[in-house]
Amino acid sequence: MNPYGPVAIYLAVALAAALLFTVLPGLLGRAKPNAQKLEAYECGVEPTSAVAGRFPVRFYLVAMLFVIFDVEAASFFPWAVEMHALRFFGLAEMVAFVIVLAIGYAYVWKRGGLEWK
Amino acid sequence: MQAFVATLNAAPIWLIVLIKSAVLLLVVVTTFAYAMLFERKILGWMQLRPGPNRVGPWGLLQPAADAAKLILKEDLTPKTADPLIYRLAPFISLLTAFSVYAVIPFGQSSSGVWAIGNVNAGILLILAITSMGVYGISLGGWASGSKYPLLGSLRSTAQMISYELAMSLSFVGVLMLAGTTSLGGIVHAQERLWFIVPQFLGFIIYVITAVAETNRAPFDLVEAETELVAGFHTEYSGLRFGLFFIAEYVNMLTVACVATLLFFGGWNALFGLVMVPGVIWFLLKVGAFLFFYMWLRATLPRFRYDRLMAFGWKILLPFATANLIVTAIIVAFRG
Repeated sequence: MNPYGPVAIYLAVALAAALLFTVLPGLLGRAKPNAQKLEAYECGVEPTSAVAGRFPVRFYLVAMLFVIFDVEAASFFPWAVEMHALRFFGLAEMVAFVIVLAIGYAYVWKRGGLEWK
Repeated sequence: MQAFVATLNAAPIWLIVLIKSAVLLLVVVTTFAYAMLFERKILGWMQLRPGPNRVGPWGLLQPAADAAKLILKEDLTPKTADPLIYRLAPFISLLTAFSVYAVIPFGQSSSGVWAIGNVNAGILLILAITSMGVYGISLGGWASGSKYPLLGSLRSTAQMISYELAMSLSFVGVLMLAGTTSLGGIVHAQERLWFIVPQFLGFIIYVITAVAETNRAPFDLVEAETELVAGFHTEYSGLRFGLFFIAEYVNMLTVACVATLLFFGGWNALFGLVMVPGVIWFLLKVGAFLFFYMWLRATLPRFRYDRLMAFGWKILLPFATANLIVTAIIVAFRG
């Protein structure tokens, strides 16, 4: 059997288990809702407004930086596995790659992209 | 007995895998239950309290009591919540937490590596699956339709993705030394020397980022009670809250397993005691790591959020990259 076959079977079992846990509270927990219980929790005070629709743009920036750097980090993996064979050629290639990466990183740092205020 | 073995040999392979999967999942869930008790006991002792000791002898039935309580609790969905995504989020968290065990090997015998699927890209699959866990948290907080959960989930999403970078970089050094992404192969490469020695910096970075990834103290900003009530799961109650809780502990167990496989030599014996089965060594190492995790929680105060982000981006990321380059230079010279 292909080694990914058992993985697929296991994932199906895990899916079934997670699904069971997800429907269980609906079946066993008796809901007796009232207006107060269904309010969003705000430490006992009645919610003053609907949920804050706006949040700091920094979170968005972090997500963007993550995507950029993570894609680059992913390219380290195939290189690392072959490093024993590549030796100095691999080292030179990766140093060049990291220098390019470091320039982008230094730019982001200098422009305040990593500050959290 | 012989009849049983004969039936087992005649059973189709998919059935055997199905049974193995169900047993493994049961073991994981039971381990979660007792990891939780273990943690409450340890926290208790470290604070000179007895910890749970009322339900059953030595509190051993506490997990069962907790489970029964959570299952029978009222199932509430706030009226501001998005009902579908609100229910989907804990499901995603739990599913990703469970899924990782498809590729984690626990031991080795003459018939091969003990894992559900002994795949050649094991470590990549683990990274891929665990990184999906962030969806459960960010969607759960967003779909609650409430302020604290939204803020908690935004914080945790930013935290998890920031630390994930340094975490994947900390694996690269190990891959370089082992020359394979197969978890069995990585353990095999540590027969003479555990990778914690040549990859000590990588190990430190992995531990820090893994604690942050699982949202545990001192990086449990997501659920900073003093600021955000309970963070992303403020609106969740009963078993739906329980699912996030299970996912958190199963993720801790995953981290302990990965640390054992990558840095502590997996099932390789300690002090040359090869007569003790490898799986026992594996479990001992995982247990020791879990204890360390709980010890951290009892010892360290919580980080401040801006410092947490700065630490991840300005310290861990450069250090992880430097570790990678230094390892590459050594490997290039030694071949």
